[in-house]
Amino acid sequence: MVTQLTQNERFLGLIILIALGCLGLVMAAAGQHDPIGMHGWLVVVCSIVMIFVLANGYFAPEPSEARLEHYYDDPSKVGIVVAMLWAIFGMFIGDWVAWQLVYPDLTFDAAWSSFGRIRPAHTTGVIFGFGGNALIATSFHVLQRTTRARLPDQLSPWFVLLGYNLFCLIAISGYFMGITQSKEYAEPEWYADIWLVIVWVTYFLIYLRTLARRREPHIYVANWYYMAFILVVAILHIVNNLAMPIAWNQAKSYSAFSGVQDAMTQWWYGHNAVAFFLTAGFLGMMYYYMPKRAGRPIFSYRLSIISFWGITFMYMWAGSHHLHYTALPHWVQTLGMTFSVMLLVPSWASATNALLTLNGAWHKVRDDATLRFMMMAAIFYGLSTFEGSFMAIRAVNSLSHYTDWTVGHVHAGALGWVALITFGSIYAVVPWLWKQPRMYSPKLIEWHFWLAMAGTLIYVFAMWNSGVIQGLMWRTYNESGTLSYSFIDSLVAMHPYYFARAFGGLLFLLGAIIGFYNVLMTIRMAANVETGDEAVIGNPAAAGE
Amino acid sequence: MSIFGLHYKLERSAIGFTLAVIVAASIGGLVEIAPLFTIDETVEPAPDMRVYTPLELAGRNIYIREGCYACHSQMIRTLRDEVERYGPYSLAVESKYDHPMLWGSKRTGPDLARVGSKYSDQWHVAHLINPRDVVVESKMPPYGWLMRNKLELNDLGLHLKAMRKVGVPYSDAQIANAVKDAIGQASPDSDEATGVSERYGEATNVRAFDGLPGTVTEMDAVVAYLQILGRLTDAAHKTPMKAE
Repeated sequence: MVTQLTQNERFLGLIILIALGCLGLVMAAAGQHDPIGMHGWLVVVCSIVMIFVLANGYFAPEPSEARLEHYYDDPSKVGIVVAMLWAIFGMFIGDWVAWQLVYPDLTFDAAWSSFGRIRPAHTTGVIFGFGGNALIATSFHVLQRTTRARLPDQLSPWFVLLGYNLFCLIAISGYFMGITQSKEYAEPEWYADIWLVIVWVTYFLIYLRTLARRREPHIYVANWYYMAFILVVAILHIVNNLAMPIAWNQAKSYSAFSGVQDAMTQWWYGHNAVAFFLTAGFLGMMYYYMPKRAGRPIFSYRLSIISFWGITFMYMWAGSHHLHYTALPHWVQTLGMTFSVMLLVPSWASATNALLTLNGAWHKVRDDATLRFMMMAAIFYGLSTFEGSFMAIRAVNSLSHYTDWTVGHVHAGALGWVALITFGSIYAVVPWLWKQPRMYSPKLIEWHFWLAMAGTLIYVFAMWNSGVIQGLMWRTYNESGTLSYSFIDSLVAMHPYYFARAFGGLLFLLGAIIGFYNVLMTIRMAANVETGDEAVIGNPAAAGE
Repeated sequence: MSIFGLHYKLERSAIGFTLAVIVAASIGGLVEIAPLFTIDETVEPAPDMRVYTPLELAGRNIYIREGCYACHSQMIRTLRDEVERYGPYSLAVESKYDHPMLWGSKRTGPDLARVGSKYSDQWHVAHLINPRDVVVESKMPPYGWLMRNKLELNDLGLHLKAMRKVGVPYSDAQIANAVKDAIGQASPDSDEATGVSERYGEATNVRAFDGLPGTVTEMDAVVAYLQILGRLTDAAHKTPMKAE
């Protein structure tokens, strides 16, 4: 991998790593009485490891000029393996946290393993670790193919991928130590947030620099979504994380906003992390891998335009539906509800566009589990966006809010849509990247598909039941006009559903482990074959390879 | 030229497309968030409201550290059953000094917005050490280490200072005496205790929250925080209730 970097890039990489290592040392020394010091050491160790990796190929000859006529896929390859590792980690923690709600003593009386600390480790592990790495890896792959241009250089993609994973490591190790801002899906503290901004700007610059050199006049729809994902996540991340650290050598900070303004900012962020991280990014994935795998063009260009701008414009209004009946002014709640309902139009336009793309390829869906992953993802996308619009209606929300129904809804989207489209895309792209005719075992893909399907359905049905029961028990009155159930009555009623949920999650985790094995074995198959980078399409200089 | 024709042009320009995305995505937030800072009625007045004492603030930070907000909300909605179960619905002003807010999004356990003074200190201590000793069916994890850990006191002045920078009206005296006040609030018979009621009001709880007057533990801080929830101001009890 290092041999693909030019000598200049190796030198620059070394400088960056040394600078980073020094920064880590400063953090470790200045923050020795604070958890930030531990993160300093983490940064030092990561820098040293990468310096060793770099040193290994540092004096190799300069890569040949011919590389410029090929796509650069090494970062995508590593990103996919890392994404699968995060999937297993994040889903394992998720299932553990689910079992804790069945058997609360599964914390083993340790602080780091209690529910409140490992729950964000689960959400960050799956959203940012698994989802984020999959998005970065696939976006580099899609960007090059759809622009017919190589990435602008060999260093910045590595900076983005590895820097992003450093962010994930700091975030999750921080939760175990008790470092958190408490803002859901934005838990990491100020210094991790600043680091992510640097990585993220570099990421978008890769996009712009590659697009500037494109050989295709139009920017393909998949890239619209990837670009919106990067841009809007940057806006959300910066605004929601504005905070005042108590000292530059301490981890703790206080949010710049308080109370009702903080709540609105947080859920403007929170809901749009769903919209632009978990929806837009993965729609980008779908718009490339699904038509490629099905061998069919996207059904409608116009539907793509309507759904893209509908999603980009309207989602940003919807966050206040998380705050119905709260101290948030009524007019903001109403706006949020209205836009959430309207959002169904662009959401279903996307889902329809995806499913109609499969028209004429249904026999492939039947035979090919990879394509079936993508098809089911589009169906779950349609279902959970419908459910989301429904739950955003104030009267429905009065029942569903604060209950497991929300958890079920999120997982219908996260397992059914995000994870399925990702697994489908990974199964499609891995053989392409490693130049194999197919994955190591199509049979194991089938197994993964049915485990994922069973796991998702068990999970979602369990949470629908528990959520609705919970919501109803909280508001049931007896004949004398007083509340029928104590809170603890409602908790006792949840027990069987919590068990079922944990079991469904376990099935889903097993599927992911099988998937990881399949990916590894495919890579091993490729180890015996010479696999150079793929030539840029339609490029005469590279013809004949 | 049709709208699709325009788009056909737009998607040929990376910069144009980038700007269009930024504009389209910014409008919603600007319309919904910016006015919350300027419209006066957004947060009701509450002249009697006090700030958190250093000990309560430290407890709040432990509440955040342990992720209590993942299962407990602090926001009673304007619904009849919630008002009857938990007390008067929450007002915006009650979390005015909450950086960040802890309204929460999920109730695996009950709402805590008005849990202050509902249970005794001893109940909270026993419940935090092992919830199932007090509530047999509870799913809450045990938090025994709160009793074993001494509270980190030295930086409390820095905490209050940072809070002042984001808008909480701590006085110079409160910042200067932060450590003393934290010790005093948990040690009722000490010399430090008198300053607490001077600086934070007579109604402030000054008790050995964890039952051990000698040491200030994390348990002291958490219980002090739980006992003040919903009690920083009386505003919610004065507003006429009309739940939907």
